[in-house]
Amino acid sequence: MLKVALVYPELLGTYGDGGNAVVLVERARRRGVDAEVLRVGIDDDMPDASIFLLGGGEDGPQRLGADLLRASSFSARVGDGAYVVAVCAGLQLLGHSFAVEGDDEYDGLGLVDALTRRGERRAVGELVVEVEGHALVGFENHGGRTTLGDSLAPLGTVRRGVGNDGAVDGFTTSRIWASYAHGPLLAMNPWFADVVLERVLEVSLEPLATTADLLYAERTRTLID
Amino acid sequence: MSGTNGKTTTTAMIAAGWLKPVATNTTGSNMPPGHVAALVASKSPAAVLEVDEAWLGDVTRSTLAEVVVLLNLSRDQLDRANEVRRIAERWRALLGDVTTVKVVANANDPLVVFAAEAAAHVAWCDVPTPWTTDAVSCPHCTQPLHFSDTSWWSDCGFKKPTDIATTLGNDLVVRGSNLDLALQMPGEFNRINAAMALTALSELGVDLGAATVRINALTSVAGRFSVRCWRDHRLRLLLAKNPAGFAAMLNSLEQKDEDVWIAINARVADGHDPSWLYDVPFEVLRGRRVYCFGDRRLDLATRLDYAGVETVVVADDTTIPASTATVDVVANYTAFQDWRERSRAC
Repeated sequence: MLKVALVYPELLGTYGDGGNAVVLVERARRRGVDAEVLRVGIDDDMPDASIFLLGGGEDGPQRLGADLLRASSFSARVGDGAYVVAVCAGLQLLGHSFAVEGDDEYDGLGLVDALTRRGERRAVGELVVEVEGHALVGFENHGGRTTLGDSLAPLGTVRRGVGNDGAVDGFTTSRIWASYAHGPLLAMNPWFADVVLERVLEVSLEPLATTADLLYAERTRTLID
Repeated sequence: MSGTNGKTTTTAMIAAGWLKPVATNTTGSNMPPGHVAALVASKSPAAVLEVDEAWLGDVTRSTLAEVVVLLNLSRDQLDRANEVRRIAERWRALLGDVTTVKVVANANDPLVVFAAEAAAHVAWCDVPTPWTTDAVSCPHCTQPLHFSDTSWWSDCGFKKPTDIATTLGNDLVVRGSNLDLALQMPGEFNRINAAMALTALSELGVDLGAATVRINALTSVAGRFSVRCWRDHRLRLLLAKNPAGFAAMLNSLEQKDEDVWIAINARVADGHDPSWLYDVPFEVLRGRRVYCFGDRRLDLATRLDYAGVETVVVADDTTIPASTATVDVVANYTAFQDWRERSRAC
């Protein structure tokens, strides 16, 4: 059973990020794998899930989300082997600190060696990131500039848009994928959804034809050619 | 008149119910060029203007508005407006500053209350407001807001106002008067719009009985809910342009098995980012077939596919079976304009 935890969708789900959970569950089910979404509300304990999803949020909700996550067993679950896909505000609060309204250094979870400061201009627009030879497409809308420590690898190289700093986007570890691309990310990029699924399920998956393939082909054609 | 959803319809309701000539922007053109055009097109000293959320401050100040109506605030065109809370903060600063204005505000939308509580005079409207997804954390203290069936509050003391001017349940009561609301236009959201419009008219001293009769008689506003023909099809054109609007519209579609047409664009006026499609509860359409139109029909079809809804992505040469029934066409902003132009009177 694949258990996908959607963490605080009321706080961290501004840009349709809940769609990432639906996509993982649907793509697993269509291959005969039992799967379910566990919605984690702000009064709920962190469940025993295979993967946790963190989405984007406004400043106030992001601050509250960080406080709740810090007080929860989230970091322990990740330490015990759970996977994480984090987008936008979710990406920022995995690092040491981030900037929100009224505070330039709000404490994050410190799960990775990353730091987010306020950028000079908000980054709003299409984002294309090259990840291991594939194009990852999405839309970004954030005011942060994220710096990674030397030991933390970016998710990919920015081909269009800003991402962390105009050069690279997000970060990745053996258990975490983080990006500034919403869209939602896993709906826009079916190949990437399967990369995540294969790692979490520890299996090799056959290709799955879905409408998302047509969308991905159209978006990459529009944004890259 | 400002807010995320219902601006154009509620503006038309006030104009219809005012019982005298008014200058008004009827086409949804809700930034200063549209306001200036409306004002020069009429000799009336009375005006009712629909105002884009980001322009409310400038327009309120420059027109010396007597009444400001705040309908609701939720996520919409986030690529342009960035964050809903910023809008609420700008409104709050405005209303704390311009103390002569009478505010008509939705008491069940915490972000609207946050803005309007700064005003000197508020007529609070207790109207159903199902979409509170954008008001989970308190705008004052950022701690979680609590909701019950009839109220909401924060631990810091911020809460639903108690001095209510208007209540809407089965009956509509404005300042103690029970009004006979019997709208031609469908949907719970239009009853809410009418309640807010009549409260505004009450603030202006208009006879509410006569105003209600005029508002009841409206059948279509700026083409919304109008029945039009295209090829062999008879269509009912419906506008929905963000998650809250779409959720309300999908709920108002009659329970039936017939096909639905949905058209989605992501041009400037729509917002360039269609990720909001994943915040719309499209799962309610399971069991029905959806024909997908518009520039972003593949985004829509992908969303619907993951929701378990059967789709047809319509290209120029797609044959759509004729139906004797009127087909519901739900379209977002510029897609709706496209369908108005493409279709003809039946």
